[in-house]
Amino acid sequence: MALTEQDITRLAQLASLQMDRASLAQAQTDFTRILGLIETLQSVDTTGIEPMAHPLEARQSVTLRLQKDIPEPPHTQAALDACLRNAPAAHDGLFLVPTVIE
Amino acid sequence: MTLPTQYPSIASLGKALRERRISALELATDALQAARNGADPHLFLHIDDDLTRAQARAADALLERGNAGPLTGIPIAHKDLFVTRGWRTTAASRMLADYVSPFDATVVERLEQAGTVSLGKLSCDEFAMGSGNENSAFGALQNPHDPERIPGGSSGGSAAAVAAGLVLGATGTDSGGSVRQPAAYCGVSGIKPTYGTVSRHGVIAYASSLDQAGVLAHSAADLVPLLDTMSGFDERDSTSLESCDGVANAPGRIAAAHDAWRHQFSQAGRQPLAGLRIGVPQEFFGSGLAAEVADAVEAALQVFEALGALRVDISLPLTRLAIPAYYVIAPAEASSNLARFDGVHFGYRAPHYQDLADMIRRSRSEALGPEVRKRILVGTYVLSHGYYDAYYLQAQRVRRMVANDYQQALDEACDIIMGPVTPGVARRRGDHDDDPIADWLGDIYTLGANLVGLPALSIPCGRGGPAARLPIGLQIIGRHFDEGRLLALADCFQQHTDWHQYTPRQTS
Repeated sequence: MALTEQDITRLAQLASLQMDRASLAQAQTDFTRILGLIETLQSVDTTGIEPMAHPLEARQSVTLRLQKDIPEPPHTQAALDACLRNAPAAHDGLFLVPTVIE
Repeated sequence: MTLPTQYPSIASLGKALRERRISALELATDALQAARNGADPHLFLHIDDDLTRAQARAADALLERGNAGPLTGIPIAHKDLFVTRGWRTTAASRMLADYVSPFDATVVERLEQAGTVSLGKLSCDEFAMGSGNENSAFGALQNPHDPERIPGGSSGGSAAAVAAGLVLGATGTDSGGSVRQPAAYCGVSGIKPTYGTVSRHGVIAYASSLDQAGVLAHSAADLVPLLDTMSGFDERDSTSLESCDGVANAPGRIAAAHDAWRHQFSQAGRQPLAGLRIGVPQEFFGSGLAAEVADAVEAALQVFEALGALRVDISLPLTRLAIPAYYVIAPAEASSNLARFDGVHFGYRAPHYQDLADMIRRSRSEALGPEVRKRILVGTYVLSHGYYDAYYLQAQRVRRMVANDYQQALDEACDIIMGPVTPGVARRRGDHDDDPIADWLGDIYTLGANLVGLPALSIPCGRGGPAARLPIGLQIIGRHFDEGRLLALADCFQQHTDWHQYTPRQTS
């Protein structure tokens, strides 16, 4: 199976990636090889087998803990600044993005 | 120069530090200089003398007061996937070229509390996606045994730094073999523990159900205090385990188990491993395995047999199908995890764009490398409507079948599993540039332990390639939570062989 240029364009859109002509062509070539590999999964008879998402699930019951939804200290300006320091654009404790609504 | 060769192990260097024959600061100063002047200019992504010296002074203060532990003053370094306050954390990506974390990863915090002295951040494959360190945005790395060859990946910087004698230990992460494969290629020892035993908090996420932090060092004996210190329950990681089959997941668990096994072996006379059943999967020795690797692994198995172990032939029939299962599940998780890189909250933002959506697309496309973009697209594909069941759920069903096979082998036929780590020795840089899956196929022997969450380690067991200069690794896979026994077995092997003492020849 091979993907068309439209297929790749659609995937890129879903993944928020931009692709020029050259990278579209490259992705098409790559996908042909990759699909050839992952399609071999269809050869396995998995009737009656439950999907396994957690690596220890087959041997023990797994419960994922949820963190309590409470902010952790310190609630200081310095802590806030440390978090915002990596933002490409920030102002007044807020992340700035291009105008969305005129 | 490298670390003082008269102290080849953490134990001997730690003793010299505690007896004040050498200070942590002297050691750190020399080590920083060596790291800066090392043969590979791309190995470290960030070195900061002041931060390292501050840790060394803190270590000296502990040593002075007699409060030192086994790792106090020991020079280490971190894979650049672990976030660090102070040192930049880039994941070897342009996306995070200037990122400074507001917090330390739990592993980083624990090692610092134990008194280790970090020399900085080691290069890796971008977001841990790769098998050769050629996917770093900041320059491909050299194998210290042959600069024309890859050190492996994705923890290639960690393996190379240990092999080059710049540090005595380095953290790594292993989602599909990323600690074990570079350890094998660089001739060092590396362990990936059971999923959930070491915190993933502060480890930049690639494939969350597969990612596990591990560590690399010169020998199994050196891995023990490092892994023991790193491991333990952490409430900030939702998959961190509170208990390992009834034993608290805390520092001390692995060291105690290791010491008990070691003691048992030492009491058993000339056949220390009598009764140990080593499972050898026939599928690990099929076509595709280089003869020199097969020979080296065979020789290692004979060493274990001479020590009293019994060899059992086992079968892991889905070994080859673990590759497509992994390369569906890992990209699926990666496409989700890497959605956070949007040019808004942190990381790179494209300089030119039309609107918000365009800004996000351009930022991601300009700053993420080709392998990362490729895996995001694959992940998006296998999770998309119409393919989710055929690929993603099917891969997860195969994953359970792989788990059942390993479980059955380790429950009924054997105590541990041994085989090769890689199909061959380290390849030349650039050799796989035109094939999108050639490197993926090389993960065949390591992926199973990640899919099933089993502990697995790699130790040097031979040499191959031109002039027999390139290291070959032996893989030992254990039952869940059996890290102590794995390390004791590896140590027993290293007491009777000297492959782990083989260091890169000086090339200049």
